[in-house]
Amino acid sequence: MAAASNNPPLLEVRNLRVEFPTRRGTLLAVDDVSFDIAPGEVLGVVGESGAGKSLTGNAIIGLLEPPGRIAGGEIRLEGRRIDNLAYEEMRKIRGARIGAIFQDPLTSLNPLYSVGRQLIETIQTHLSLSNAAARTRAIDLLKEVGIPGAEMRIDHYPHQFSGGMRQRVVIALALCAGPRLIVADEPTTALDVSIQAQIIALLKRLCREHQTAVMLVTHDMGVIAETADRVAVMYAGRVAEIGPVRDVVKHAQHPYTKGLMGSIPSLGVRHERLTQIDGAMPRLTEIPKGCAFNPRCTVHGARCLVERPELMTAGSSRAACWRHDAGGVGQPISKEMVDA
Amino acid sequence: MPDGSQNHFVQLEGLKRYFDVSPPWLVRALEGKPRQIVQAVDGIDIEIAKGETFSLVGESGCGKSTVARLVVGLFPPTDGRIEFDGNDMASRRSRAETASLKRRMQMIFQDPYASLNPRWRVFDIIAEPIRAFGLSKDRADLEKQVGDLLRQVRLTPADGRKYPHEFSGGQRQRISIARALASQPEFLVCDEPTSALDVSVQAQILNLMVDLQRRLQLTYLFISHNLAVVYHISTRVGVMYLGRLVEVAPTETLFRRPKHPYTRMLLDTIPDLDMTGRQRSPVAGEVPSPINPPSGCTFHPRCPFANERCKTERPQALPIEGGTVACHAIEEGRLPVEDRTY
Repeated sequence: MAAASNNPPLLEVRNLRVEFPTRRGTLLAVDDVSFDIAPGEVLGVVGESGAGKSLTGNAIIGLLEPPGRIAGGEIRLEGRRIDNLAYEEMRKIRGARIGAIFQDPLTSLNPLYSVGRQLIETIQTHLSLSNAAARTRAIDLLKEVGIPGAEMRIDHYPHQFSGGMRQRVVIALALCAGPRLIVADEPTTALDVSIQAQIIALLKRLCREHQTAVMLVTHDMGVIAETADRVAVMYAGRVAEIGPVRDVVKHAQHPYTKGLMGSIPSLGVRHERLTQIDGAMPRLTEIPKGCAFNPRCTVHGARCLVERPELMTAGSSRAACWRHDAGGVGQPISKEMVDA
Repeated sequence: MPDGSQNHFVQLEGLKRYFDVSPPWLVRALEGKPRQIVQAVDGIDIEIAKGETFSLVGESGCGKSTVARLVVGLFPPTDGRIEFDGNDMASRRSRAETASLKRRMQMIFQDPYASLNPRWRVFDIIAEPIRAFGLSKDRADLEKQVGDLLRQVRLTPADGRKYPHEFSGGQRQRISIARALASQPEFLVCDEPTSALDVSVQAQILNLMVDLQRRLQLTYLFISHNLAVVYHISTRVGVMYLGRLVEVAPTETLFRRPKHPYTRMLLDTIPDLDMTGRQRSPVAGEVPSPINPPSGCTFHPRCPFANERCKTERPQALPIEGGTVACHAIEEGRLPVEDRTY
């Protein structure tokens, strides 16, 4: 947090709420989420499927799928409010100021156009460059993301690239206009482990060199541990814990984060059993009263059943848990507690 | 190996499976294109002892899922032998004999959303193998068996009345496991059983599989691309690359003293959760196409230790430290074996 408070944050998200109206009532998919990202900082957003992490990312880039809508809160980019802009205005910001990288590189690219044409189109949409200058920039971008033979590859079509190379093209597309913020939604999930390492190294290097802020949405704690400066753990539409990545990974304060870390098999030490969090994340229609995690929590108290915890200072991070300084802090949830 | 084979529960010998992916005949004739053959599995020898968990790891397209399907008989092998508890699976036998062998091996698939019939109730899904193999006396016995199976995977007998869509991904995978256990098998082939699941649910399923193995003395062939999961669950591990086994070793040995350069590369790509600051060395290059695999050792274009011999001569699996490794550099002693720390 110290690093973030020194210079003004690039992105500020305040009390963001995303809801889906349905026939049976309104579902609150993202509930009161707040965070900042500083220039050049990588914020990891981690959580299980349905935690609302992708929706938060989509809300920031203004691409929520209807009927989903922002029901409250503010999103500010470089001090300017962007959550209430008209579609055309937002379109100018998206691409120019915010780049987006999605999970599946094949669906992010148009199969009918060469990658060069797609890059040049994006460049010319946001920057006033001649055809020749835009082509030169496109080739430079392809070189920058590590595509060998960029001069030749620029005229190839997406199907002529492998999965890892396609994801590099998608990253080049996101970088076209030199954005200040990149929202990367599961950028490595569709890739093999060896390619994953390459893409992560690339993202980190680009972020450092251009002082671009990155919001990295993923379910893979390993990717976060390697890439992010800070991490926000989401559960059932809310931030359960947020803090410097080292503190969250090594000294998790929220019982959910602890369980999540314990359930990842680690190398070097073989345990008889993995820590498991029993049950599953509640559906949006059945979010329990009080703390949403209480039915699965091994250390919950009476207060957790009635009163919803807000983020509070816990160790060197902030956790939304009444019991963060009670039972399980410092030691992992033991097997007996899980079995009980 | 007629002598050694007696001790092995499952034995694969020189197993091969090629797929013809040629364009249609007319296109070939008009455009002068040759036939195209994918060598998905290209000569694999594996022996699995009773009660152990043998894992196959590798990147997508290395042929590990094809091996799983060959073992349970979903594909016939192009060449090679599969022996199950001393029976050659390819030999002719009566329907009843085949059924009694097939009953003893079952498979768990990766995607719990695609592998359960959405129009069947869970009870019928789990009861199907029991009915097919005639393992129940009457309706009451069938109900009891299904109820027991559901309880075994930590669901309740009342869940049998529901349809698959009423369950979460983890619960569906439990249903898949219950169905696989319904015919009282001894050998389970698990093809990426947890890769479609969230980590906390993955831990539940892995713990369940370990418990069941101990209680029912099951033997597992476990297919995964996730090395941490493999490390956690396996007795021995085989590393596959482009349809071939490059290294087989007991789990601890493989992770402590990896030998083949590809195994080392794979281990380098595991994200570092402890944040020791260890740099992942991003590997250059990607898996080549199995249609035209490189000559000699198929890993040589990506291998930093490759020499002329690696480009021309296919390395054979040689025994080393309780496992086998197929690598010229190791054989010639050019590549020292080092201990790794985590």
